[in-house]
Amino acid sequence: MSVRLSLRDQHYEVRAGMTVRDALRQVGLQPEAVLATRQGELLTDDEILREGDEIRLVAVISGGGPDARRAVR
Amino acid sequence: MKCRKCGAKAAINMRQHKLALCREHYLEWLPEQTQRFIEKYRMFGPQARLLVAVSGGKDSLSLWDVLHRLGYQADGLYIGLGIDGGLAYSSESQRLAERFATERGLRLTVVDVAALEGATIPEAAARTQRGQDKPCSVCGLTKRHVMNRAALDGGYDVLVTGHNLDDEAAVLLGNTLTWATGYLARQGPVLEASRQGLVRKAKPFCRFYERETAAYALLRGIEYIYAECPHAVGAKSIYYKEILNQMEAERPGLKLSFYLSFLEAKERGLIAAQADPEAAGLHPCVTCGQPTSAPGQCAYCRTWDRVRSQAVHTLEGGEPA
Repeated sequence: MSVRLSLRDQHYEVRAGMTVRDALRQVGLQPEAVLATRQGELLTDDEILREGDEIRLVAVISGGGPDARRAVR
Repeated sequence: MKCRKCGAKAAINMRQHKLALCREHYLEWLPEQTQRFIEKYRMFGPQARLLVAVSGGKDSLSLWDVLHRLGYQADGLYIGLGIDGGLAYSSESQRLAERFATERGLRLTVVDVAALEGATIPEAAARTQRGQDKPCSVCGLTKRHVMNRAALDGGYDVLVTGHNLDDEAAVLLGNTLTWATGYLARQGPVLEASRQGLVRKAKPFCRFYERETAAYALLRGIEYIYAECPHAVGAKSIYYKEILNQMEAERPGLKLSFYLSFLEAKERGLIAAQADPEAAGLHPCVTCGQPTSAPGQCAYCRTWDRVRSQAVHTLEGGEPA
């Protein structure tokens, strides 16, 4: 089991027990450029990721991205 | 991490402020700070009639929401650019802007560029040399013109835009790298209506990081268009934002300090207003009457006349120039 991070149509896996910030750095994402959510709840960077977590990342930099059609709720 | 105000679980940590807040207190904090910036930079008073430029994105919808919560009389303006990009980009962003307005009982004016000028932004870009087929140049020119016209025609006191600190810092970095002194002299939280025919402009979100406006939209349940324009892929401004974010990750507060130090330098007169050559040489466009520094017609009228003439030329069987 591990933690799955999803940013648009990109998916990454990291091991449980890491912080959000460390996980983002490990997969090469800028912590300043995304917000991490778990089951709709916004997470701070020091949140420890748990086994089986599905983390949805929301890009915050304006511009780019192939899925303009999708809205964020 | 705990909320500094109540000790509950924090929803957001703003490292540049050493401040973590829960959902409830963040949704209070951001409007309070917005009001503070409105007053600090003397953007507008409580009775001002505001026109908010709304794109359907997180910044403009969050700003409209905040201004509404603060009790300002703020109407919205959505400009239909006719950008599809295989994503129905414009129609979807218009739907979200209209839905936002309807749900809150707010007034939204929609200006459709194709209905106004006879072509969409991508069509216009393809027919002119301006921007070498990249629509961003024609788009920016058109939006500035339409926003100014709509604000003046509607009798609004201030045109308000959702520019955030990342937007401002990226523009500042770009203008600093090229020492574009005219643009540097003009950049700031407020752009005064220096000439008749120009509306006053203000950016109440100019000190919020982009992740903070996105967090506000998410926590507030505002449905917004996730990506910005499909033509923005590869834009220089995004490159600058990424560079700044790399530095911010190592030095929290760097973006804010970069922008605030610039404003302070302006305040101290270190970036002279005379550096802006356009400010002195503005006169009314012979076609539309809006101020321009170009002789005769303004760039907007020149560009759209050219777009229309190219359309006629093509219809008559000629090759576009």
